[in-house]
Amino acid sequence: MKHRLNISCQTSALSELRSFLKKSLQNYSLSEIDRHQVTLAVEEVCANLIIHSHGCNPQEIINLEIKDSPEKIIFEISDQGEAFNMLDYETPDLKKVILDKRKGGLGIILVKKIMDEIEFESNNGTNTCRLIKWFRS
Amino acid sequence: MLRLEKTKESSYDIISLHGEVDASNSVELDEVIKELIDSGSKMILVDGSKLEYISSAGLGVFMSYLEDFQDQDIRFKISNLSPKVFEVFKILGLDQLIPIYSTKSEALAN
Repeated sequence: MKHRLNISCQTSALSELRSFLKKSLQNYSLSEIDRHQVTLAVEEVCANLIIHSHGCNPQEIINLEIKDSPEKIIFEISDQGEAFNMLDYETPDLKKVILDKRKGGLGIILVKKIMDEIEFESNNGTNTCRLIKWFRS
Repeated sequence: MLRLEKTKESSYDIISLHGEVDASNSVELDEVIKELIDSGSKMILVDGSKLEYISSAGLGVFMSYLEDFQDQDIRFKISNLSPKVFEVFKILGLDQLIPIYSTKSEALAN
């Protein structure tokens, strides 16, 4: 089964994204905690793109596609903004976040801890980030 | 949607969070905490019983004030988080940095 959503690049679109994920994930065998956490991880990636790669320009769009196989669920997030490969991003130390009074950087820590696999590729101006969660038997 | 409610109970300033905190509204949470610090509050409790969701934008607000709480001798606590929201605090290790209580009365008594 495939699910698709176009997300307008504004933070007010995040609640619509959560509703879409809630609906799309209801038939998968994920625990309530996993469902909640993958929703958070997908939102964190989209929020980063909306704010940092697209400067909250509502005319610009991010595409989300959910794909699955018997053993995993894949969230494919693609956009044409400035490429950001979180795999190259060194996650900040929590103590440093506190000392610097930073409000950012935490999202990527969450994504990396929640998801089982993360892939990133940039081709002809299109960036694709794949967040993968394995089903636990 | 997020609704914030400020009340006072046994010398604690209580912030009740209703709904979802994300990048679109975390500034509201930031403002409420800042107002309390600026007004000299020394005891702040966040009641999370109606908090359904919080993303890093909201968690980052708490993190960014931890130093101020320490420097200004402010007791900051959180109570009544649902299991799924509490799990998110645990992923980041925030449960080690902020005293989190299962009930409001426990938080107020300690």
